Amino acid sequence: MVITSLDPRRARRIAEQVPDPELPMLTLADLGVLRSVETTEDGTVVASLTPTYSGCPAMAEMRADVSARLREAGYPRVEIRTVLDPPWTSDWITPAGRRKLAEHGIAPPAPAPRGGPVPLVLSPTRQAVACPRCGSADTEETSRFAATSCKALWRCRACREPFEYVKEI
Amino acid sequence: MSDDHVYLTLAEGHDDDARWAYGTGFEDPLHGVDTTVPEGLDAGELAAVCVALADDALISAQRLAEWITRAPELEEEVALANIGLDLLGQARLLYSRAGQVDGTGRDEDAYAYFRGADDFRNVRLAELPNGDFAFSVVRLLLLASWRLAHFERLASHPDPVLAAIAAKGVKELSYHRQYAAEWAVRLGDGTDESHRRMRKALEQVAPYLGELFTAYDVRDEVVAVLKQVTEAAGLPMPVYRPLPGSGRHGEHTQHLAPLLAELQGVARAHPEATW
Repeated sequence: MVITSLDPRRARRIAEQVPDPELPMLTLADLGVLRSVETTEDGTVVASLTPTYSGCPAMAEMRADVSARLREAGYPRVEIRTVLDPPWTSDWITPAGRRKLAEHGIAPPAPAPRGGPVPLVLSPTRQAVACPRCGSADTEETSRFAATSCKALWRCRACREPFEYVKEI
Repeated sequence: MSDDHVYLTLAEGHDDDARWAYGTGFEDPLHGVDTTVPEGLDAGELAAVCVALADDALISAQRLAEWITRAPELEEEVALANIGLDLLGQARLLYSRAGQVDGTGRDEDAYAYFRGADDFRNVRLAELPNGDFAFSVVRLLLLASWRLAHFERLASHPDPVLAAIAAKGVKELSYHRQYAAEWAVRLGDGTDESHRRMRKALEQVAPYLGELFTAYDVRDEVVAVLKQVTEAAGLPMPVYRPLPGSGRHGEHTQHLAPLLAELQGVARAHPEATW
């Protein structure tokens, strides 16, 4: 193995390109779950991941994928750490990630609410989510929960198509 | 296993028997998290807090999962399953933390699968049968409101792992409470029949309210939410009539043992199983 292959920047680039198991149009870097990639003095690559939701079933798969990709790329010692703090927020989805979501028919998230006690709001809120298909703002939520923890179900009244929305969290 | 590909690991090294059909060792949810307990913290107390909160979440998740194939609409089924999945995730993190700090080194499965009903510390409200959709909505509203208020406080707990689990949970629980509150208003302010069922559900949960408030004091926040929702729904506030005993002391209803029998059956039949 040539020495340049252990370049820490290269390790970072490789980890950044691993696709998300449930939203494969996004890389783990696009999703904001890859928190850091560092190389220790003995050459171990330490990649830190954070779960989107506590019950996210894709965490084991993400860890395995990052580890496998790095080892395939010639890094014999790889360690994956879990970071819980600070908790993941949909604000960490990168601009490129948001563009890719929209291109695949998934509306990207609005800005997440800021910290402090969460108030319960019972009056209907008019949250503007643009249809990723036709761009219309005439849309409505059909369910706040969908096929994966991180998404809600919406429908567009203009083009009549249902679509998914990545929840702001 | 370490970080090997999960499916490759599944396929190899299991020629001896069929034990990998279910099992442990699949993934430690706190894998690679710094597990040090800060000095000055009572480890036994910290573990007890983690176990009680994990038990609430695990038992609630099990009841929510029972709605799958039975919910009134597909969207509600997906919602209840998602809420259960969030709670199961919280339970796994909390059990793992408990095992790290209580000195036993137990993993999450030891807590979930190999304790009897007397060792569970969940509130009895969590273990009551699902009843109708109104009862499940009222129960979820109470448990989610209590847990959200409590987690908001725990986010500044001196144990950094518990604080991080709580801070993460707050985001999830606010969605759970919102879901339950919206349904409570829709049903309470709906038809005569849905209103009647909501009234009945509030009467049914009333004896279990006190148990929520004994261990950790977030009573005011929860009562405020309940008041806000019942007013919007045109429903009366439940009348507080405490029952003797507490699930927090291991005193449970007759409904917990059958729930655990179903939850633990496979694990106990194959206690050495691994993925």
